[in-house]
Amino acid sequence: MTIIKTKYNRRSFLKVSTVAGGGMVLGFNWLTACTASAEEIMQMPEEWFTVNAFLKIGDNGVVTIMSPNPEIGQNVKTSMPMVVAEELDVDWDKVIVEQAPLDTEAFTRQVAGGSQSIRRGWNSLRMAGATARMMLLQAAAEQWQVPVSELTTEKGVIRHEATGNTLGYGEVASAAANMDVPEEVALKDPKDFTIIGTSRKNVDGKKIVTGAPLYGLDHYEEGMLFAMIAHAPAFGMKVGSFDDSAIKNMPGIKDVFVINTNPEGDERRMQTFAFPDMVAIVGNSTWEVMKAKKALEVSWETATAPESTSMHEAMMDEQLKQSKADPERRDGNPEAAFASAAKVIERTYSAPFLAHNPMEPMNFFADVSEESAKLVGPIQTPQSMRGMVAALTGLPEEKISVMMTRQGGGFGRRLYGHFGVEAALISQKVKAPVKLIYSREDDMTYGTYRPSYKVLYRAALDESNNLIAFQVKGTGTHGSPIFANRFPAGTVDNYLAESFSKPSNVSTGAWRAPRSNFIAFAEQSFLDEVAEEAGMDPIEFRLNLFDKAIDSPVGESNDYDAERYAGVLKLVREKSGWGQEMPGVHRGVSAYFCHNTYVAQVVDLVMENNKPVIQKVWCAVDCGIVINPDAARNQIEGGIVDGLGHGLFSSMTFEEGKPQHSNFNTYRLIRHAEAPKAIEVFFVDNGIDPTGLGEPSLPPVMAAFANALKKATGERITNQPFVREIEILG
Amino acid sequence: MANFDLRINGKDYQVDVDPDTPILWVLRDHLQLLGTKYGCGVGQCGACTIHLDGVATRSCLLPVSGINKQKITTIEGLSETGNHPVQEAWVAHDVPQCGYCQSGQIMSAAALLKKNAKPTDEEIDLAMNGNICRCGTYLRVKAAIKTASGQD
Repeated sequence: MTIIKTKYNRRSFLKVSTVAGGGMVLGFNWLTACTASAEEIMQMPEEWFTVNAFLKIGDNGVVTIMSPNPEIGQNVKTSMPMVVAEELDVDWDKVIVEQAPLDTEAFTRQVAGGSQSIRRGWNSLRMAGATARMMLLQAAAEQWQVPVSELTTEKGVIRHEATGNTLGYGEVASAAANMDVPEEVALKDPKDFTIIGTSRKNVDGKKIVTGAPLYGLDHYEEGMLFAMIAHAPAFGMKVGSFDDSAIKNMPGIKDVFVINTNPEGDERRMQTFAFPDMVAIVGNSTWEVMKAKKALEVSWETATAPESTSMHEAMMDEQLKQSKADPERRDGNPEAAFASAAKVIERTYSAPFLAHNPMEPMNFFADVSEESAKLVGPIQTPQSMRGMVAALTGLPEEKISVMMTRQGGGFGRRLYGHFGVEAALISQKVKAPVKLIYSREDDMTYGTYRPSYKVLYRAALDESNNLIAFQVKGTGTHGSPIFANRFPAGTVDNYLAESFSKPSNVSTGAWRAPRSNFIAFAEQSFLDEVAEEAGMDPIEFRLNLFDKAIDSPVGESNDYDAERYAGVLKLVREKSGWGQEMPGVHRGVSAYFCHNTYVAQVVDLVMENNKPVIQKVWCAVDCGIVINPDAARNQIEGGIVDGLGHGLFSSMTFEEGKPQHSNFNTYRLIRHAEAPKAIEVFFVDNGIDPTGLGEPSLPPVMAAFANALKKATGERITNQPFVREIEILG
Repeated sequence: MANFDLRINGKDYQVDVDPDTPILWVLRDHLQLLGTKYGCGVGQCGACTIHLDGVATRSCLLPVSGINKQKITTIEGLSETGNHPVQEAWVAHDVPQCGYCQSGQIMSAAALLKKNAKPTDEEIDLAMNGNICRCGTYLRVKAAIKTASGQD
């Protein structure tokens, strides 16, 4: 049992009981809920008692748990409340989950990003549940006049063993809500968990499959107008003048004007706000505004020189020919080691810009008045959006509310809340509630792309095929993809990491597993090349390096735990039966650590008509405690499909600043038939505090594929997307 | 603007809209049937899939004036209480991640099973290839279709 300081101050708690209308709501018993016949009517309480910001308890024992973080498909709306419910010790079937609005007083880090919601929320979620449980126990102890230490709980019922007395949470909720907040509480021993570690269905699952209006685009309000924007067709351009004469009299059109979301010309913001000014079109319905937008004539001006993909490539090639006077990391004497090597292996890897393309295009609702603003929609960073809206509307932050809807995908795209700012400025101008909608084309050509990258690797082997030196030199748009202190740093005596950055007026941003999404492919492909040159099994080769990192690591700032890293490799080796002869099956391995989680994968390929088909992906994961196993597997499967899809098929290119793809007819995403035939996931069971799963399974998979493909065809593919060089079958 | 009579999910509606308005936006903006999603507007992603006389159809490209007595079914009308075998299988397999594409996936799957009660893997791939899932839930979609068709 762990005792923790609650860190709560009295202000954290709303100790007034709130009266909600009683009534009936349709609930679902998710334990047995494969069929609708398992539905049960959940009796709603007459009265709710708010125990803390995370939860309120009804007089009948039904519990509402607030999910603090934005839900973008990573399933935190289920897994975060599961952690609260575990420590509260309540029956999961009696839990209703609600999305919390932005509330910086009650919650910390209401962000969906970096796979950090569970890792960074773990303690506060447990504390919220445990603190509430303790207050319920104290209320019962007072009522029965017995010591708290004699009381136990199970599934929302408090029991006094000696007398056999029991009380439901609902019966003491009113008293508990008025208890002093304990200064310290006991947390459960993980071996006593009854909710964490068991698979629970997505709390919105039933609503999703019946088409309930959950998303930002589904938010409608009385009197709401519809808005779209026309941004420049090419990076480096801005609004010159526009002629609205053709559209202002079109049916349903209310107003056409220019907005500017970056009046100060903030450089940092420009990296993600590619188009500070744009034309806004406002009208009565989506289709009327869409039609008007097509008829709008804007004359665009060049602000900065237009760029093309060929320019970007040439600039990165040139950078990789240079050396850095101040490398990011340098161990030993790499130059001397390379000079003395028996063999030097060298290879350049690259990947293009990628659009995020969440299925729900960018959109936001804003209702801005002279006194206040209400914002509703899909956003991964509500606090940051509120700050920007405050700065640009002139309203104080405390007068701006932000409510997060369920989000039709994020992948990093909704970290950049310019669309909320745009919606707010449009609403402010037209003095009406407005929903801003991006067309798919607006979304795909707006930027904040995954940067294009290029990286050069060199490795030196001695006469006995020992790895004696390792060099990595990388560049990318607005920043290098290199993590200088990640594996294999720490395993090689002579090591050099150099980073370059390519400036650009194409805006880039965090895209699912930033930098890792490319560098894992390059690094883990290259290590296979080195293993092959050394005549070693690729898993054995990696494990030898980890042995070195465990026994005598080089340097002190290595960013990984070599034992856990080796652990996932050993697990995937065992589970996949690595080393067994499988006629016609070509296997590749890869392992990567990012976002605090360790992943190793084996890809099984077969060739059909000279085209590769992915038979199976084996995946071992060490994310510590797994909160919701089946949903965790879903995340991992999705990351694998996503990583394969983008590495195989997707790319964004530019001519004269203009994005060359604007919709899914030419921007290729992976589809059903191209997905792996099977994925099997294995978790390391080590009881360590949990880490996230939204990103870590994506980065390694393209290297496992590339390594299998090399075995199958003898060809080493180094540039993404692979579809330019091979055809893949479903 | 003109009046159009529509039969949607077994109910009659009349809407006064431009004849070229896609059914998608009639459903969403004018009838508040919000389960049918906008994804690409060019018939490439399948998020807007509805049934037109039982056949899976992309509503983003279908102008309201192109409807001639055909019956429209949307995700809201697929079953009374969300108990269509495809919907139940989706819940059983906990298919959705973000969930945005899933109405379209479900409508495509339900249309497939209507004309082919026991589809093979290849037939599922073919029928579902027009529905993009950006979260990559394709394996679960396939498993759920197998379950819904009694093949697991």
